[in-house]
Amino acid sequence: MAQLTRRSANLLKPFSASVSATRHLTTSDTTPITVETSLPFTGHKIEPPSRSVETTPKELLSFFRDMALMRRMEIAADSLYKAKLIRGFCHLYDGQEAVSVGMEAAITKKDCIITAYRDHCIFLGRGGTLLETFAELMGRKDGCSKGKGGSMHFYKKDSGFYGGHGIVGAQVPLGCGLAFAQKYSKDENVTFAMYGDGAANQGQLFEALNMSALWDLPAILVCENNHYGMGTAEWRAAKSPAYYKRGDYAPGLKVDGMDALAVKQACKFAKEHALKNGPIILEMDTYRYHGHSMSDPGSTYRTRDEISGIRQERDPIERIKKLILSHDLATEKELKDYEKEVRKEVDEAIAKAKECALPDSSELFTNVYKKGFGVESFGADRKELRAVLP
Amino acid sequence: MWGIMRQRAACKAYHALNLEQGIRAIALRAFSSSAKQMTVRDALNSALDEEMSADPKVFIMGEEVGEYQGAYKISKGLLDKYGPERVVDTPITEAGFAGIGVGAAYYGLRPVIEFMTFNFSMQAIDHIINSAAKSNYMSAGQISVPIVFRGPNGAAAGVGAQHSQCYAAWYGAIPGLKVLAPYSSEDARGLLKAAIRDPDPVVFLENELLYGESFPISDEVLDSSFSLPIGKAKIEREGKDVTITAFSKMVGYALQAADILAKEGINAEVINLRTIRPLDRSTINSSVRKTNRLVTVEEGFPQHGVGAEICATVVEDSFEYLDAPVERIAGADVPMPYAANLERMAVPQVEDIVRAAKRACYRSR
Repeated sequence: MAQLTRRSANLLKPFSASVSATRHLTTSDTTPITVETSLPFTGHKIEPPSRSVETTPKELLSFFRDMALMRRMEIAADSLYKAKLIRGFCHLYDGQEAVSVGMEAAITKKDCIITAYRDHCIFLGRGGTLLETFAELMGRKDGCSKGKGGSMHFYKKDSGFYGGHGIVGAQVPLGCGLAFAQKYSKDENVTFAMYGDGAANQGQLFEALNMSALWDLPAILVCENNHYGMGTAEWRAAKSPAYYKRGDYAPGLKVDGMDALAVKQACKFAKEHALKNGPIILEMDTYRYHGHSMSDPGSTYRTRDEISGIRQERDPIERIKKLILSHDLATEKELKDYEKEVRKEVDEAIAKAKECALPDSSELFTNVYKKGFGVESFGADRKELRAVLP
Repeated sequence: MWGIMRQRAACKAYHALNLEQGIRAIALRAFSSSAKQMTVRDALNSALDEEMSADPKVFIMGEEVGEYQGAYKISKGLLDKYGPERVVDTPITEAGFAGIGVGAAYYGLRPVIEFMTFNFSMQAIDHIINSAAKSNYMSAGQISVPIVFRGPNGAAAGVGAQHSQCYAAWYGAIPGLKVLAPYSSEDARGLLKAAIRDPDPVVFLENELLYGESFPISDEVLDSSFSLPIGKAKIEREGKDVTITAFSKMVGYALQAADILAKEGINAEVINLRTIRPLDRSTINSSVRKTNRLVTVEEGFPQHGVGAEICATVVEDSFEYLDAPVERIAGADVPMPYAANLERMAVPQVEDIVRAAKRACYRSR
């Protein structure tokens, strides 16, 4: 259980402020609160950071709001997929929200994030909107990739989010490339390259890590270890499932990925390290409630007891809820009301997204090149459908 | 029937043509002796140098590009001039450094990634295609990838099956990529500069055996602002009896074949494709509409090759103009053997092109 300490016993706590702002459950109270992480960090070739994390009421409430939104969004996506409004692949992140939210709390939008296909919540964390998400999932023109990408290809370059990648492991060298460019440009920012326990065995990851270490790139490799690579448990896929140690010469940290504050602490620590000393690996011990994707029930290789056990003991939203309640930052009712608000917000976004049009047929031929200079492209029957690429 | 009539007409014009060509040959010789000469290697090196000088975002990455001065000396002198941050030696990890290059391009840098040969690009092909070529489309224009993948392509001499494949057809099939194949030094300079300046991913297929070859080069080409348009083929030799398309080293062979054919009264038009993707269908079709006969030449494997695409495009757009079936000359449909005699049989030779052109003209051996 988390140890709760209070730095200041401020009688004039702006509780009243949070009461009046119940509707949005926000506060501008930045009174520092120190919280101990659920577990200590374990280090590989590095002295781990302290378990004591500085936070504020403002931050804790924002964690709750953001994670509640992400949770609801993913559950709604589940329904949309079953209603056949979302097609193809749909990989849901519910259970893992603390990783995205904790990371965002430690970094800026100038730092880069790249991940694989379980990207909806990362996109939201980087500033993407619900409408852009649902519209993209349903293949509409107001989607973040104008309907041309789909679930696995969300991007938000202006906030440092570089996708959204379908090929397992490819995003890691790409992320190290982003770090290379940041160093080349002398930007003093870092890149978080996220991957799963399945991707952790990919050769290209080690190739990229080797070069990142040789060249001291500001790259942070974040293994979201949800313990299953599709249907294969980590112990069946990795001879050494201690992913934070797999960097060998590169230092690593094992983090409780269900504890947003631990994630925040680790990411802050990693950013400082990477800017000075090159790559570091963060292993986030996390869990996905859904199967690998919507085609996977997720219960053939895991027991229902395991899933419900994690929900009971380690759910990231519940943890933050407990902190909020124990610090009197909000009441149980306020939090429940907020969750209802979130549900409404998500439903409204879905309704709006459903109204969006499919992309115009001419969009088949746009964005093939950035500079097409009048080159011709063809449809299935080139005598029927030809276009000049802009 | 038309073929026979045209042959008769050709015979009559033969003597006049011969004289005209003789005059042209003398004129060319006089002109070329005063022009500067440059090897393809120097052309590539100077293009890299100038583009790196002009734009600080351009950097080179690959095996041995720095301290070794380049496996084929293409990047000679660049490490000394631009430093190790911009001329980056990598370990032998193509998947890794191709991915790092693409990531750097996502961020806005302009990488030039060298593959020691394109055979090794297969280790990195997922990044070339899925991470680079498709990103602009999947992101609806948010993520563009201004990267160049360059290196020697196709057969060298005696390097065996794993080091001799031509990748023009494979990369040429991918929407989102631009694929270039220079022949001369002018091509090398102009196309590499265009490739580096282009905002899209470019696969730049060089040829090891051409690196040491010298070509005449004009002052215009030597200017640092020079570049060639992507997607435009060049008519190396005008003719009216048969069109021969080729790219890279095969252009030289096609020109030699054209000289031999000329002595036998066949006036061949040689097209140097310069760009594999986007293919200059317009120049190819106009030429075939003029000559009515086509021979495609390539070094790579025949099935699903560049020649197959050219044949299809001509059949689709200029069918009524064809007086003979399209002839394809390509590498043999076998992995490249080592023994010199077998290797010779596995790669197109000048006599193969001559024979095919004669067949297209309904002329027996």
